[in-house]
Amino acid sequence: MVSIGGDKMNHSSLRHLIEPEDFTKEEILKVVELGEDMYNNPSKYSDICNGKILASLFYEPSTRTKFSFDSAMLRLGGNLIGFADANTSSAKKGESIADTIRVMGYYADIIVMRHPKEGAPKLASMYSEVPVINAGDGGHQHPTQTLTDLLTIKVYKGQLENHTIAFCGDLKYGRTVHSLIRSMARFNAKKFILISPEELQLPSSLKRQLKDQYDIEIEEVRYLEEVVEQIDILYMTRIQKERFFNEEDYLKLKNSYILTNDKLENAKEDMIIMHPLPRVNEISYEVDDNKRAVYFEQSKLGVYVRMALISKLMEVGPYVRG
Amino acid sequence: MLEVKGILNGVVLDHIKAGKGLEVFHMLKLNKIDAPVVLLMNVGSKDLGKKDIIKIEDKVDFNFNILSLIDTHITVNIIKNDKRVEKFTVEVPEEIIGHIECKNPRCITNFDDYVNPTFHKFAEDDKVLEYVCSFCEEITKFKK
Repeated sequence: MVSIGGDKMNHSSLRHLIEPEDFTKEEILKVVELGEDMYNNPSKYSDICNGKILASLFYEPSTRTKFSFDSAMLRLGGNLIGFADANTSSAKKGESIADTIRVMGYYADIIVMRHPKEGAPKLASMYSEVPVINAGDGGHQHPTQTLTDLLTIKVYKGQLENHTIAFCGDLKYGRTVHSLIRSMARFNAKKFILISPEELQLPSSLKRQLKDQYDIEIEEVRYLEEVVEQIDILYMTRIQKERFFNEEDYLKLKNSYILTNDKLENAKEDMIIMHPLPRVNEISYEVDDNKRAVYFEQSKLGVYVRMALISKLMEVGPYVRG
Repeated sequence: MLEVKGILNGVVLDHIKAGKGLEVFHMLKLNKIDAPVVLLMNVGSKDLGKKDIIKIEDKVDFNFNILSLIDTHITVNIIKNDKRVEKFTVEVPEEIIGHIECKNPRCITNFDDYVNPTFHKFAEDDKVLEYVCSFCEEITKFKK
């Protein structure tokens, strides 16, 4: 294949982030630590992407993730192109992902993709000549949310290892839960506590993988109050009405999974409450003032860990070769 | 009794569980090949009571192991000049490319013609084979 101009990366060193397992534990830790340094010293990194372009291909709407990537690239001194709605792209004309990606690789140095179909970013990475970042594919993976969660845990708990982590709400369809639980397993979590209605339990295949591969204790309960005093990190998710077969079941259960200060009475003083956002009503507004609530800071940290990720995949700043 | 001649060159798929012959026929896309094919169903068998058999003349280049998703006991007999030159039982493949579709309705492999559905073996026991989709990680189970 003839290479036409540009300084595209050597294909052999081309890396993508499609799922957290694409990075070794050491690589994840390095990205998280760099994100922490970028958060503390942003001016050190404000021009490492000068002259570089990030293309964001959002085939379905997103607020936080899209703007978080935009903000990350702009804070590194780079530029942006892309679309935030498939209706304004040639996908509407029926163009395949492979064709779109091949062409976008000539216009940009890195691609960020969100797609409603599961596995679409992986397909994109197979045809791309520049790094591809999965910014969420259906109910499947959302690895940069996981990196955001890991940086939040690092900043607020000092380390990633040896925590008791409770996941509360929709554990069946919540992609952020699936990604984070696997990553925390790699970082030697002490224990997982799964709090959900029966209809929304963690998939059994994932539970089996956690037990077989990592030998981590898993406790499943129906209500937070049963276990709150054990928890170091409480990860809340939204229970969506459309996940239930009938409205009666949803109405019966939804209040049990709304976090209030009452339910936190016996919680550890240094427990942290996380949430990938957007929140609808699963965390009562009164909890926002609770010192344990870190979910807004979590969103803020997402920008810095994405800056670190862009640096890694584009091999700029601390990741520059040679 | 129904009798079918042997073949001079080709392949005989034997010991197919009775009733599964048609699935094997479709899995190998035998309706699309330009060669004589015979599907025998409910043939008497000492071991199985009844079994299905498929004979394909003049063509042997098939992915036989994919048939283990239908029945792991199928035996493949390669015939050359009226003699059996090779006999083996289908083996459970580690990887499947094409042949089957991902059952996850949200999987990209069900929407994009560029991509070949690809699966890796996830688990196997006496009764069930499990494959995981390389794109969406959905698990598909097959009864053995």
